[in-house]
Amino acid sequence: MVLHANDKSNVKAVFGKIGGQAEEYGAETLERMFATYPQTKTYFPHFDLGKGSAQVKGHGKKVAAALVEAANNVDDIAGALSKLSDLHAQKLRVDPVNFKLLGQCFLVVVASHNPSLLTPEVHASLDKFLCAVGTVLTAKYR
Amino acid sequence: MVHWSAEEKQLIASVWAKVNVEECGAEALARLLIVYPWTQRFFDNFGNLSSPTAIIGNPKVRAHGKKVLTSFGDAIKNLDNIKGTYSKLSELHCDKLHVDPENFRLLGDILVIVLASHFGRDFTPSCQFAWQKLVGVVAHALARKYH
Repeated sequence: MVLHANDKSNVKAVFGKIGGQAEEYGAETLERMFATYPQTKTYFPHFDLGKGSAQVKGHGKKVAAALVEAANNVDDIAGALSKLSDLHAQKLRVDPVNFKLLGQCFLVVVASHNPSLLTPEVHASLDKFLCAVGTVLTAKYR
Repeated sequence: MVHWSAEEKQLIASVWAKVNVEECGAEALARLLIVYPWTQRFFDNFGNLSSPTAIIGNPKVRAHGKKVLTSFGDAIKNLDNIKGTYSKLSELHCDKLHVDPENFRLLGDILVIVLASHFGRDFTPSCQFAWQKLVGVVAHALARKYH
């Protein structure tokens, strides 16, 4: 699955519009993921996952930063996220199925905050982008 | 049998009461065909699906989207027997329509996103939980009679 020119420009535009709210979106994405798919909490036994958790906010910020980095380097997501890919393969080993769940929640956050931004075409590009990020992060698993 | 808490039932009902079935259904199906273009394989007789604009404006897509979401309403009216409600539809999707059940999951996820875009902040994480559960149960029920 390949990101075409229109996908790349849609992704850049989305993250451009989201701008400084990316951190907030990251935190809410995690909050929704933990609420909607409780099995994802198993990767965070060391976290306080209660409402408003500072740890979840902090981690959401990291997740958002990675997505922003990937969007800013959309021509070479594998290169941009290479270290994160190593981390996920060697240390975190999050089961690949969970990246789709995170992606779904990110789309829900964008849709609920900014419905006019998520046109069907942009929705398609963003979904592809999130798939690509998940693929990169699990690429070195075996 | 699926267990629904009182809160889940209330969250589902309160969202559903405000849903425009025709609009939401049309939008969900259109987005399915746009975001996952391979799903167009089931709709060769729908005419022009050549672009997002064509898909969104296509009257057959709109009509079918309305039909599909109206059927969701049946599940919501019968939360305690979704299996029974969808038994015949499951057979139909297997024997006549030959639809891979993965497509039910894809449509369910898209529906949740459409609801989020319509309801904004009101589509809380708890709401999302209840609705993802519902679309999952519907998908499972539709796949149940496959053989």
